[in-house]
Amino acid sequence: MNEITTTRQNHLIDPVMHVWGWEIPVYLFLGGMVAGIMILTGTRLLGRGREEPSTAMGLLPWTAPVAITLGMFFLWLDLAHPFNAWRFYLTLKISSPMSWGAWILLGIYPASMLLAWLTTPESLKARVRSRMEAFPRFARVEAWAEERVRLLAWVNIVMGGALGVYTGVLLGTMAARPLWSSALLGPLFLVSGLSTGAAFMLLHRLTDRERILLGRTDMGLISVELVLLALWMIGLAAGGAVSQAGLQVILGGPYTAAFWTLVVALGLVVPLLGEWLEHKHGAVPGRGTAVLVLIGGFALRWILVFGGQATGWVTDLAMR
Amino acid sequence: MKRREFIRVASVGVAGTAALGGVTTDWYGLYGNPTVDPGTDGDRVVPSFCELCFWKCGILAHVKDGRVTKIKGNPRDPLSQGQLCPRGAGGTGLLYDPDRLKRPMIRRDRRGSQEFQEVSWDDALDVVAENFEKIKANHGASALALFLHGYGGNWMRHLFQAYGSPNIAAPSYAQCRGPRDVGFNLTYGWGVGSPERTDIMHSRCLVLIGSHLGENMHNTQVQEFAEAVRRGATVITVDPRYSVAASKSAEWMPIKPGTDLALLLAWMHVILGEGLHDREYLAAYGYGFEQLQEHVKPYSPEWAYTRTGLDPDQIRRTARMMVAARPATLIHPGRHVTWYGNDTQRSRAIAILNALLGSWGRRGGFFVPSSMDIPSYEYPGYLEEGGDPVDKPDPSDYPLADEALAQGICEATIPGVRGESRIKGWMVYGSNLPITLPNPEQTARAIQELEFLVTVDVLPSEIVGWSDVVLPEATYLERCDELFNPPWRQPYVAVRQEVVPPMYDSKPGWWIARELGKRIGLPEFFPWEDSMEYAKTRLELAGLDCDVLREDGVILGEPGPLYFEEGAPPVFHTDSGRIELYSQRLAAHGFDPMPTWHDEEVEDPPPGYYRLLFGRSPVHTFGRTTNNRLLSEVMDENEVWVNRKVAERWGLDHGERVYLQNQDGVRSSFSAPVKVTERIHPDAVYMVHGYGRNAPKLRRVHGRGIDDNELITRYKVDPIMGGTGMNVNFVTFLRAADVEGAERADGREEGAS
Amino acid sequence: MNASRYGMVIDTRTCVGCAACVIGCKAENDVAEDYSRDWIRTLLTGEYPSLRMAIHSERCNHCDHAPCVQVCPTGASHRGPAGTVQVNPAKCSGCKACVAACPYDARFIDPRSGAAEKCTFCMHRLEKGLHTTSCQEICPTRSIYFGDLDDPSSQVSRLLATREWYVLKPDAGTRPKHFYLK
Repeated sequence: MNEITTTRQNHLIDPVMHVWGWEIPVYLFLGGMVAGIMILTGTRLLGRGREEPSTAMGLLPWTAPVAITLGMFFLWLDLAHPFNAWRFYLTLKISSPMSWGAWILLGIYPASMLLAWLTTPESLKARVRSRMEAFPRFARVEAWAEERVRLLAWVNIVMGGALGVYTGVLLGTMAARPLWSSALLGPLFLVSGLSTGAAFMLLHRLTDRERILLGRTDMGLISVELVLLALWMIGLAAGGAVSQAGLQVILGGPYTAAFWTLVVALGLVVPLLGEWLEHKHGAVPGRGTAVLVLIGGFALRWILVFGGQATGWVTDLAMR
Repeated sequence: MKRREFIRVASVGVAGTAALGGVTTDWYGLYGNPTVDPGTDGDRVVPSFCELCFWKCGILAHVKDGRVTKIKGNPRDPLSQGQLCPRGAGGTGLLYDPDRLKRPMIRRDRRGSQEFQEVSWDDALDVVAENFEKIKANHGASALALFLHGYGGNWMRHLFQAYGSPNIAAPSYAQCRGPRDVGFNLTYGWGVGSPERTDIMHSRCLVLIGSHLGENMHNTQVQEFAEAVRRGATVITVDPRYSVAASKSAEWMPIKPGTDLALLLAWMHVILGEGLHDREYLAAYGYGFEQLQEHVKPYSPEWAYTRTGLDPDQIRRTARMMVAARPATLIHPGRHVTWYGNDTQRSRAIAILNALLGSWGRRGGFFVPSSMDIPSYEYPGYLEEGGDPVDKPDPSDYPLADEALAQGICEATIPGVRGESRIKGWMVYGSNLPITLPNPEQTARAIQELEFLVTVDVLPSEIVGWSDVVLPEATYLERCDELFNPPWRQPYVAVRQEVVPPMYDSKPGWWIARELGKRIGLPEFFPWEDSMEYAKTRLELAGLDCDVLREDGVILGEPGPLYFEEGAPPVFHTDSGRIELYSQRLAAHGFDPMPTWHDEEVEDPPPGYYRLLFGRSPVHTFGRTTNNRLLSEVMDENEVWVNRKVAERWGLDHGERVYLQNQDGVRSSFSAPVKVTERIHPDAVYMVHGYGRNAPKLRRVHGRGIDDNELITRYKVDPIMGGTGMNVNFVTFLRAADVEGAERADGREEGAS
Repeated sequence: MNASRYGMVIDTRTCVGCAACVIGCKAENDVAEDYSRDWIRTLLTGEYPSLRMAIHSERCNHCDHAPCVQVCPTGASHRGPAGTVQVNPAKCSGCKACVAACPYDARFIDPRSGAAEKCTFCMHRLEKGLHTTSCQEICPTRSIYFGDLDDPSSQVSRLLATREWYVLKPDAGTRPKHFYLK
């Protein structure tokens, strides 16, 4: 039997580390969703769709700059020294995914705002143009953008991809938190982000065709997400003692029930089934599955952030 | 590409590269990373000596902008040698304790109600003087008793002696070290002293019997213990608990509690039986050798096993380890030894064992200390009126006690315990009697019988809550005190001086004693302006420069020879002038002249009960420091150590909270978490003393953990010198959930009816 | 201060776990209330009465491969003088990535400044010409050794060459510079 005592009782570190609170999963969710919207929109613009998009579909990309601002606000709230936030922009640390993220977030604004402008319905654009007549630069930028739809679509796909992936890489490269420590976390967050982006779109008044397309896309995304989740867990389970101990958090540990019900069952399997049934019967996807996907996506991030902080590097030479 | 476009692209490219370069290289030269200096170095550094415990390590206190920022060890000081234990380092936690007593107070309501009125010093001292004089007039000065602990108590002792009362008791005698010093005195004619004259540093074999050095944090002892370990000394630890010292021992002997004497006798049996004792030494200095040799014949290791549970092979093996290292084998006399009521005899056995190995006066055993001679201050003679202290029921009781018994004074205060009460008033200096004296209910009764109770203290401890008058003393960092020139390897004198002026309306002990003295007709006993003048007078008589002492904190003297082999005189102040293995004096008083095992002296725990053992944490000094915000960050509550198998039988989980209830049905006021551990003998439970406090104004420690003293309702008195053996209580567990659930149910019932 | 690579060695044989190092560090470095930059950990193995206990004084390991330096987005957590790991609180935004990245949980956020904090190997003392950290200075059992790992004649180098030692979580890949003598 091993008995360990410690005199350390640092707040938020002991007995189990929990420095990051609700602000982080909220940001991760919003960031993932924004990434999804940007990529899906960019992909749509690259496609040869002849149909006029619905008004909602045209305006949806504006969610990106709004949601990312909200997300960044929550990130800022989490900072213990928030008035030093500008320090992020005095350097770019190659080894720090958080540093990449700070700059990516900055780049999201011009990319997504230009994209959103492009997809905005013409009637609205006309009204804005008339109001902005006093600013010739606006017309020049607008003209520049209108000539580079494909470039902007690709820029948004890449930046959306970066946004979706980097948070997963940030967590995934922390060896100290074995639940996170996996190369699969980056792709997992990206695919999950895409899925929540699609789900968010499905909440709005879209054309049937758009709904069917999004439903089919989401089916594919959820399938990939399930595979990635499985590979992630297999990787941890087949890793060393440290990884295995980390995985216990969702295999018998405190977050087991929440993970398997909210994330896997309600958040992935049930929506997948629902979408498949809708697809099989040629039905137009409703909002129900979208809501479940959003809940599942949020739960995944919540459980990972809190559960992961509770894991640590358990092997200790002195214990032999 | 047009030229304009080219220039535009190129300039953007150059600017971009420059920006990126700056951005990725952290703006070289624009700002670096200066080292952060916490700025705790003082603009003044004042030497003094510590009072978080009673060792009195030399310190250097840093003062910055009038605030003590940190306390370091004084490298010149022979006891601290520049190092400090955690308590000394945490002295600022006492100085800035928000719960400190701030102003003199007078009781407003009935005694114990904790309702006080803040008053001026003049008013408070007038009330004290008035009461003292009244008691003296009606009953004589000896009806006033003084309890004290702490170096500032010297001024109060002086006051009481001048006033004419002999009833001065320090609980550190009969509740702590007394049996040890009497036991050694009977053997060698010398006590062990404090700081102990143990040559731990040079020991090749160190035997610790119930001594938990390393958790008992007397700085120098621990420093030397580490040095001995570093030099490869063999450590043998005899303890029902796997202490820190046990973890560094070649042999841990998990002895059944209460049976240490059996082991000591068995060791003597092996050593004498196999002729492994130091013949020359005993021939030169011993007395009673043949009697002892005969006496220990029945005490074989096999016999000892039946009493101690220790493997006879281990007993033999450890005896031979001790012999192999002699004379640098030290069986440590311990410190707090009031355990089972036969403690003087056990200490005698330790003293005798050391003698058999020839360690007294030898390197690695016990050195011969010397002290710096600083003449006393010339006062008029003390009054002789008082006679003897009234701490004994009969003058013939505890005949070999050489100090007053604190519990005896307490008993003498209660009418009916021994006839009418002989003590009418108490002054208590720095000694929290309710958690110090065993059988706290008796202490509470005595307090209620008093005509007057005045306390001098720094914190609002339990005894303060009972007082009629409370006098707030300044802490050791805010006052000057008596000079300290202990007997030690290196004789020296140290000074305690004011580091920062007293906070709030607190006053130093010397001032309190003097102002009181003036009011009770003793001005001639306090002729000096302040205690620094007192100290200076004494130093000048010794030919020492007070300014040098204040600057350095310490003045060293000339060390004398430490060991007999270096020329230290082998003098033994016993009746025979030799080391008495057989004690004539004990025989004369009808006690066992040699330590003898008596089965009836040890009892087994009743079924479902466990012997209550207590000890120390290195960050605390029993109840004195548990309110210290800084120190309690490391340990803020005590735990009940329960053997894992016992815990399993009870279904107790690690961390589960329990109340303890003892054999007399007394239940602890508060709960504590269980520590399920392999480290404790299954017959016993263990706790650190000083927690579970009732005093409401000790806001940090109030209600945290369990007070073991509440459960020490029984004690066995050592017939030789009156020490109160406290390890004779047994406790059982009550789940906190059950206790508190029942209390809530009672509350509901009462509320309903 | 001429050292090129500072490291610390704890002799677990003599350490009694008294926590003088903890309190001394708090006082010297003005550490926030209820926080500590170093701590005592005890590890007990075995079954009564055959027991073994190791006692550690632990703190930031000033790793050669420090994940906390790698993840810091502002450069506040950086490689300081003589191979130590330091935090520049002026640059710290309190994002806590370094706290999460440390396998030893050695860091915390100072509630007064919001910046990450940990053991600095008392760099402020070393730069003033003192040769000991404050925990080393106070330790009554003299169990704390500190010096230049790149100097083969330094006490720490000699101890590591002559005594059996271990580090904590060596498989975490951090290459800690805080050693424990068996």
